Amino acid sequence: MNILSLFVLIPVLTIIAILFTSNMKQTRIVSAIGMGIQLIVAGILVYMYLVERNAGNTAAMLFYYDAVWFPTLNIHYTIGVDGISVAMIALTAIVVFAGIFASWMVDFLYREFFISLILLASGVFGFFISLDIFTMFLFYEVAVIPMYLLIGIWGSGPKEYSAMKLTLMLMAGSALLFVAILGIYFYSAPAGGVLTFNLLEISKNTIPIEMQRFLFPFAFVGFGILGALFPFHTWSPDGHASAPTAVSMLHAGVLMKLGGYGAFRVAIYLMPEAAHEQAWIFIILTSISVVYGAFGAIAQKDLKYINAYSSVSHCGLVLFAILMMNQTAMNGAVIQMISHGLMTALFFALIGMIYGRTHTRLINEMGGLMKVIPFLGVVYVIAGLASLGLPGLSGFVAEMTIFVGAYQHTDTFHRVATIVATSSIVITAVYILRVVGILLLGPIKDDHFMHLKDAVWYEKLSTLTLLLSIAAIGMAPFWLSDMINFSLGPIIEKISGVTIAGLF
Amino acid sequence: MGINDFLTMRHELILTSVVLLVLIIDLNLKKSQKNRIIPIAISLFFIHTVIGFLPAQTGMLFGGMYHTDGLTILMKNILNVGVLIVLMQSVSWLKKDENSEKISEFFILLLSTLVGMNFMISSGDFLMLYLGLELATIPMAALAAYTHHQTRSAEAGIKLILSSALSSGILLFGLSLIYGSTGSIYFDTIGTLYSNAPMQVLAFIFFFTGMAFKISLVPFHLWTADVYEGSPVNVTSYFSVISKGASAFILIMVMYTVFHSIAYLWKDIVYLIAVMTMTIGNLFAIRQKNMKRFLAFSSIAQAGFIMLGIIGGNQIGMTATVYFVLVYIFSNLGAFGVISAISAKTGKESMDDYDGLYATNPKLTLLMMLSVFSLAGIPPVAGFFGKFFLFTSAASGGYYWLVFIAVLNATISLYYYLLVVKAMFINRSDSPIAFFKSDIVTRIGLMACALGIFVLGFWSQIYEFINSLTFGIIN
Repeated sequence: MNILSLFVLIPVLTIIAILFTSNMKQTRIVSAIGMGIQLIVAGILVYMYLVERNAGNTAAMLFYYDAVWFPTLNIHYTIGVDGISVAMIALTAIVVFAGIFASWMVDFLYREFFISLILLASGVFGFFISLDIFTMFLFYEVAVIPMYLLIGIWGSGPKEYSAMKLTLMLMAGSALLFVAILGIYFYSAPAGGVLTFNLLEISKNTIPIEMQRFLFPFAFVGFGILGALFPFHTWSPDGHASAPTAVSMLHAGVLMKLGGYGAFRVAIYLMPEAAHEQAWIFIILTSISVVYGAFGAIAQKDLKYINAYSSVSHCGLVLFAILMMNQTAMNGAVIQMISHGLMTALFFALIGMIYGRTHTRLINEMGGLMKVIPFLGVVYVIAGLASLGLPGLSGFVAEMTIFVGAYQHTDTFHRVATIVATSSIVITAVYILRVVGILLLGPIKDDHFMHLKDAVWYEKLSTLTLLLSIAAIGMAPFWLSDMINFSLGPIIEKISGVTIAGLF
Repeated sequence: MGINDFLTMRHELILTSVVLLVLIIDLNLKKSQKNRIIPIAISLFFIHTVIGFLPAQTGMLFGGMYHTDGLTILMKNILNVGVLIVLMQSVSWLKKDENSEKISEFFILLLSTLVGMNFMISSGDFLMLYLGLELATIPMAALAAYTHHQTRSAEAGIKLILSSALSSGILLFGLSLIYGSTGSIYFDTIGTLYSNAPMQVLAFIFFFTGMAFKISLVPFHLWTADVYEGSPVNVTSYFSVISKGASAFILIMVMYTVFHSIAYLWKDIVYLIAVMTMTIGNLFAIRQKNMKRFLAFSSIAQAGFIMLGIIGGNQIGMTATVYFVLVYIFSNLGAFGVISAISAKTGKESMDDYDGLYATNPKLTLLMMLSVFSLAGIPPVAGFFGKFFLFTSAASGGYYWLVFIAVLNATISLYYYLLVVKAMFINRSDSPIAFFKSDIVTRIGLMACALGIFVLGFWSQIYEFINSLTFGIIN
């Protein structure tokens, strides 16, 4: 049995096991064991991957497995991973594991909660292992739809509105994607031959340029909506603010990365000519995302909104880097996806824990929390520092790589865009430090806060898992970037083989 | 013509005998025993369904008026399975006192219309098609007016019969023009003779209009909502699933075999009709509060999606259409099954009544959720595959914008399907529908839907099997 299929199988088995549990304790233990195994398998996968690569296996995709599903339409269940997918899978496993512990105390319809959460995770895992665009799309939608129930039932605030808005906007994105996928399929063999959904097969051919011009915006915007591309990001703040803790973690941490991953795996990889031509439009939009998101975060008072807008900014940076289409920037994009995934998951986990104690998320109602809940406070500061790009933590590695890569373009347009995007570093520092100052330092504003208890074991487990990963990437980024760099090779080769010049 | 030739019509013959048997058995039952006809009729129909799957001989009868091949047998079997589920789901409703006088009529009328649909599917000329169509329509009006003491049901019956009469008239006018211009009523002959002469195009438009009435495509859909709302739930589910599916089967076969030479003309018509049907069906469905009316409008939108399979004009299109109807039968019957179970127990049919249903009736709620997700085309349930293949067939004809409009419509439809999910899972209610247990037959009917919704998508052999029988436009 292929190790990759386990990533879909384990969540499904866990869900089945949850159905047989009879009380809350059993449910969460089963979920924790299931996702713990998933994390271990992810670790084994990373190890096996590195061993294979060190042994000199240079195939583009490892652990390749292919089974025909619908022969008439040539739909396959094709799976395989390169360094980028392995990194994303590891990220997902970590975040899901932490998410289970962050929702340890969910008591309303707990069985349904964990089932939906793990179903969502299985969709994400399936997406990252798929090499067939059909199955990729299938898993993408599997990952999106449980969000509705998760936010609608267990959320807070205007949860019904947010859940509906999020689901419909993401589904509208998948509508765009759908057209792109069908277009790619019917032009996957322009010289005659069998039509295919297989990414690797399609990438060997060139889709006719007229079709690329038509399909690229569909594909890029389709994935871009999930990656919070301006002006389609509006689902993100509402959705994240209303979602329960673990869902925000998973959604901002992992699901939004589906957008970035898909944008280069499908949109740019398969349609490089159109990507070069139209990149300038999206570079402008993503630059706006980056700066606008950061300013948006400054203006917010609700902790979750602040973090949601900061996600818009950081995910915008991912798309921005992908559009630069060179090795360094794309490498940075992948590291940024991982780094932001861990960071934002940590943030949302902390916010959930703080909210569970103070029962408010408005920063001006809180203050001096560092004195009463020092563990959570310190972790919050570290997460904040990672977010604003302090060297030694993952954020610095990612942003540095992206901006160095982006600045490699010598023309004015790219340089101006880069400088604009770079300004977000400063703005990020403003909102992070402002929140830390108000929230954690200063006098304690409310007497009730005096009696708050610090983190308990499952909260510590959840946050420390994420924190260690962030520090690991920050201290030793080389193993990650080596893994990514090698796999970027074929992609960059395909993209840079393009002779068509863009407008800029 | 020997007895063996007659066996070519096995489906119709057995079904007719079932109808007659039910009638005879009912005559011999005492008034207090009338309820017994329910298990008898359902088991008879079950036997018929099973026999339908046995290998059958194919061929032609009556000089080509009637023909049968693997595809028509498949279509009939699909309808049989659907009808079996409908019958099983109607048990608790039929057992109510108000129906005790006329239980056997329900079976006789319903199965007669099914005979008509079978003849329609097997027709080799327009005469047989028309006969089958009438047989499938007129008893339907009686079914719609089944609970005739309710004004609404009587109104539904009269509305259905009037609008069908009108559409049959239009259809018949088209057929007479076709006969007048080609001198034949046989599909094969007409197929070779048809051209884009103005009269023949006009004839086609009349024919298509008549069929559009039956499938309730916009702008010929106005009768649908009232009839669906007025009829008893189980009759509504029969209308919107079986009858619509049968009409879609016939439409695509006639379009592909008879009118293939003017395909370039009807593709434009189908394009427009598809866009209108999807959009208007969806926009009206959003506003509905009565569950039956709600599903009525959503089924109009679904009919618009079916047009995407027809427009492709190739084998992918026909396979996708048949497959989609199969999936649609299971998903829509799942939704209707829940509605009918609740309606039979409590008489409640409004969406507000479903508030907080998950707390009291989790199994029904889960089936309802699966069904609406399948109708909306959400993976991993079968509806996703059905929609995907339909849209693939439209894209294979190069209709990317149509696909885009269709997928956007699927997103809009997701909105109102989610409203149902929201009512059941999220909304709170002071007086939710209390927990109840349906009888065993109804539950089997519901479970069959749930199973179908899960299995049909993943099990690709079903799609491949359909594909081995279908055909595209012969050029």
